[in-house]
Amino acid sequence: MSILVKKNTRLLVQGITGNEGLFHTEQMMKYGTNVVAGVTPGKGGEWVLQKIPVFDSVRMAVEATGANTSVIFVPARFAADAIFEAADAGISLIVCITENIPVQDMMRVREYVDQKGSRLVGPNCPGLLTPGEAKVGIIPGEIAIPGNVGIVSRSGTLTYEVLYALKLAGMGCSTCIGIGGDPVNGTDFIDCLELFEADPHTDQIVLIGEIGGSDEEKAAEYIASKMTKPVVAFIAGQTAPPGKRMGHAGAIIESGAGTAAEKIAALEQAGVRVARHPEEIPDLLR
Amino acid sequence: MKLHEYQSKTIFSRYKIPIPRGRVAGTASEARQVAEELGGRVVIKAQVLVGGRGKAGGIRLCRTPEQAEDMATQVLAMEIKGLPVRRVLVDEAVDIAREIYLAIVNDRGARRPLMMASGSGGMDIEEVAARSPEKIIKVFIDPLLGLRDYQVRDLAVGIDLPRQSWRPFLEICQGLWRAYQENDATLAEINPLVISEDGRMYALDGKMMIDDNALFRHPDLAEMRDLDIENPAEIEARKYGVSFIKLDGQIGCMVNGAGLAMATMDIIKLHGGEPANFLDIGGGASAEKVAAALRVILSDPGVKVVLINIFGGITRCDEVARGILSALKEVKTEVPMVVRLVGTNAAQGMAILADAKMVTANTLVGAAVKSVAIAAGGAA
Repeated sequence: MSILVKKNTRLLVQGITGNEGLFHTEQMMKYGTNVVAGVTPGKGGEWVLQKIPVFDSVRMAVEATGANTSVIFVPARFAADAIFEAADAGISLIVCITENIPVQDMMRVREYVDQKGSRLVGPNCPGLLTPGEAKVGIIPGEIAIPGNVGIVSRSGTLTYEVLYALKLAGMGCSTCIGIGGDPVNGTDFIDCLELFEADPHTDQIVLIGEIGGSDEEKAAEYIASKMTKPVVAFIAGQTAPPGKRMGHAGAIIESGAGTAAEKIAALEQAGVRVARHPEEIPDLLR
Repeated sequence: MKLHEYQSKTIFSRYKIPIPRGRVAGTASEARQVAEELGGRVVIKAQVLVGGRGKAGGIRLCRTPEQAEDMATQVLAMEIKGLPVRRVLVDEAVDIAREIYLAIVNDRGARRPLMMASGSGGMDIEEVAARSPEKIIKVFIDPLLGLRDYQVRDLAVGIDLPRQSWRPFLEICQGLWRAYQENDATLAEINPLVISEDGRMYALDGKMMIDDNALFRHPDLAEMRDLDIENPAEIEARKYGVSFIKLDGQIGCMVNGAGLAMATMDIIKLHGGEPANFLDIGGGASAEKVAAALRVILSDPGVKVVLINIFGGITRCDEVARGILSALKEVKTEVPMVVRLVGTNAAQGMAILADAKMVTANTLVGAAVKSVAIAAGGAA
């Protein structure tokens, strides 16, 4: 049924009293996610939505509620600190929704999170959704149904488009993971492919990539050598001009490298069927 | 964000990296005055944010203040790759014994800063990297530990630097690392780093790029942005927090989300059309932001049709629809629009647009096919 986010997820929301944090906490609870605590420094002792206690620090929230997963909605200038704090408090899965975090902050964060043994998803991502069980982040719950397709994506709304196309075709999703559009992030394609390969409830995988970097090429190598489950892919940015950042900090063709054409060629070489547009993906799944 | 040579070198000098004496000048007479102060023998360097300044004639050696004035007059009248030269840097001329390349970049794959040095300085480093990659010595910097002195010695040995130069080289490398880190650079480059005839080291040229996402903690750097290299429509869009990139096609695009915006451009191309732009209105966009986005798209006279593709999540389709109507009240336009709204409040959004006589589509493919047909002069 799922990887990473399940019924037994005990979720903590960092930045719970902010506009976005509060709105999405309510959405996640409506979906059935077990939200156990919130953190906003300076607002410890308050309650939100009648039943969620707010703490001054992640450590206090973990001690009081046994939270094992954190989702971060704090503004970019405080986001790196929020991730450090979550890792330091022993949170095993940290999901950072915040976008526009400075890249040098992320290099330090990634190094530290790895040393602490926590898993980071994001930043600049929509989070995770396990249809019918729980969601951690901002993916609209009603656009997906439970099923056996695992989805991993660097994008947000493009992922929604794919979930929705699958739903219209009567196909469901085991877990959908948005890994984010930043050049330096936490969990990558290969981490997710490995988890899906091992998940008995996932039979096939959709990988949604975009221009910039070489993670899709590395994923292609991994698929060719390690994966038994079929993978379908889509790569956005075939018409993107070189040298321009296409919205996402990581979506840029630099010194001629990181083009959609190279990524598609590498994936096809690895036996991945690559869709020409998102609505074609259900047809390529079996 | 790119910084000019003179700005980068000013930052370098704050970190005790030696630079040639010199000053930036906006007029030929100022350039002459600086040359007089420096003793006459100077280099006039065009300050434009493109490569190949030297080949374009934007860097000139002068022997006297009079010559400096003449050369500055010429260089200040130039355009290099379409960019006007608004300032020249007047630097004292240095007698060069040896040129070195030194830089720190973000290495995406390794997720850490990479310091590179090469004995082949002054040349186009991408050419060196392509032809003889073994000539570029690399050390990765642990983002939590910073640059260690032993790593600098590895670089020094790698480029055959004589031992008497190790000390100044170490200070320059550590200074460059601090300049990179403390200013949130994504690139800090000295090319060339020279050893002069009298054995001293100088950063003869300098280049820095600053992480746009970090400008909130560097207001001084944010003010250095050179708007000459940016498209006016892109500047206007940024004011509203809209991500916009101008392209050359006929089909204007308004989309929420960067990935979906790229996919929308791609599907237009797949069906034989050409996108006029990339545009991401972002998550949870207000009616005001949508209106600004539409104005920016319509400011391009090449746009024959606008494709609006919104997948509502945080963004509410009714809010987008209201933004479109308010923009259309303000900007009278005959340009036809194809609209597809899916997700949060899509039905309400479509109802709001019912009187606006727009072409509607349910699928991405449908929206693309209709837009391409209209752009080609047919009816949808």
